[in-house]
Amino acid sequence: MEFLNYAFMQRALVAAVLVGITAPAIGIYLVQRRQPLMGDGIGHVAMTGVGLGFLLNASPVWMATAVSALGSVLMELIRWYGRTRGDIALAMLFYGGMAGGVMFVNIAPGGSNANLTSYLFGSLSTVSPSDVDAITVLAAFVVLVTLGLRRQLFAVSLDEEFARVTGLPVRALNLLTAVTAAVTVTVAMRVVGLILVSALMVVPVAAAQQLTRSFAATFAIAVALGVTVAISGTITSFYQDVPPGATIVLLTIAAFAALTALATPLARRRARAAAAARPAGDPAECSIPATRAAGDGVGV
Amino acid sequence: MDEPVITMRKVTAELGARPVLRGIDLTVGRGEVVALLGANGSGKSTAIRTIIGQVPVSGGTIELFGTPRRSFRNWARVGYVPQRTTAAGGVPATVTEIVSSGRLSRTRFGVFRRGDRDAVRRALELVGMADRARDPVDALSGGQHQRVLIARALAAGPELLIMDEPMAGVDLASQEVLAATLREQVAQGATVLLVLHELGPLEPLIDRAVVLRDGCVLHDGPPPKAVGQHALPGHDHVHPHAPAGTGPIRTGLLS
Repeated sequence: MEFLNYAFMQRALVAAVLVGITAPAIGIYLVQRRQPLMGDGIGHVAMTGVGLGFLLNASPVWMATAVSALGSVLMELIRWYGRTRGDIALAMLFYGGMAGGVMFVNIAPGGSNANLTSYLFGSLSTVSPSDVDAITVLAAFVVLVTLGLRRQLFAVSLDEEFARVTGLPVRALNLLTAVTAAVTVTVAMRVVGLILVSALMVVPVAAAQQLTRSFAATFAIAVALGVTVAISGTITSFYQDVPPGATIVLLTIAAFAALTALATPLARRRARAAAAARPAGDPAECSIPATRAAGDGVGV
Repeated sequence: MDEPVITMRKVTAELGARPVLRGIDLTVGRGEVVALLGANGSGKSTAIRTIIGQVPVSGGTIELFGTPRRSFRNWARVGYVPQRTTAAGGVPATVTEIVSSGRLSRTRFGVFRRGDRDAVRRALELVGMADRARDPVDALSGGQHQRVLIARALAAGPELLIMDEPMAGVDLASQEVLAATLREQVAQGATVLLVLHELGPLEPLIDRAVVLRDGCVLHDGPPPKAVGQHALPGHDHVHPHAPAGTGPIRTGLLS
């Protein structure tokens, strides 16, 4: 446990644990509403925030939070109003965000792309004490939203139309999801890096799904997995002198592969158990293929 | 005299630049079961979506329980079954988890209590899915998905049920369960507005049929008497042996 003797490692581990909790916690709602790559887009936009931080000599973490929150709100607005050209507008936002980051860093006094690297790919040694403070506050916000509003966010991300009829403020909740995702991106930025943030939002959820049958269990396993890979990736990174972000993401993908291999025998066992529970002579019901989408073209 | 549950007056709506509703008048009284019929693209789904506020209206007025829709807040009185073929999202969820969303119109941002759990169980019993409560929804058949969606709408104990094609993609066994569920709700005084492609097993329940064509009300009155499958409104005779390029021969109310 010698890595705990280093102050920078203690800070990196705190940050890693918070990333491991928050990224899958918000990621599960993005997967639920089938926008798993939204985190990736926000990561691109956050680069402009980092660049501005350098240029204005302000904290890149807070600057990135502000800019990516703004960007995520913009993405949500494009989703509402853009309809047909929404994908093009999003592309503008993503690449504009990335280009803006590179531009601002390079016109900052003494700045170069090298300053960006640690934000893009994550780094252990650069997590400063003030970063830890910022990350802790932001992570607390993410946990509060994703756990406290889990029923509401579940409903909205599953079926917006139905959620509207329950009287929930659907637009406000969508904006909150977007802003929370943006905040998570900046929580993860220091250790995992902006380019790889999205992986930690999506892959633990996808891995957990291989085993689970309920949303609650998926949430719990995804977060447990996120924390496990974040800690083990950070420690591996320390001993092997490899980048933490890449290590964490590769470990997550390995976990996904392992759980997927486990899933098939597990499904078979469940099917056998279900067959045993069913009274004899009661065949499994046949499913009717869905024909509705083609049957009524009044899509909105 | 009770106020009508739904009142639409001269409602117009566009999707993009295309006018979809061109001045719809529709009144649904308390305890009535009204079917909204019409061909694809006639505006029946859009009409329903303007009522729940999913599609903005460009003209006219909509009232729910006598309150203008914009200021209507008592959503626990309304149960909605959207047009979906699946109850599942991108993440696994159990039947209970999905149906529990239906209680949000009562719990809002508050705590989910024992009474809410009981209501979810009762709703599942109503659609005959209580034994599947803990199963993941992606293991269900098309008809069972629809039963879950209806249970979700019933979980809040609504007075008004709005359903968009509840019978599409539903196997016969489930159609009968759904018809029985609906009959029970109607017997207890529920008001129902539903979009249907054809009357089918719900036919005996329906008090009134409103037929739309090209965003206008074409017929508002007693449901057409069905004489076999072919007499149903919206039924298109498609003859596979007809020469290529021949359109379907349309009969019934829609022609």
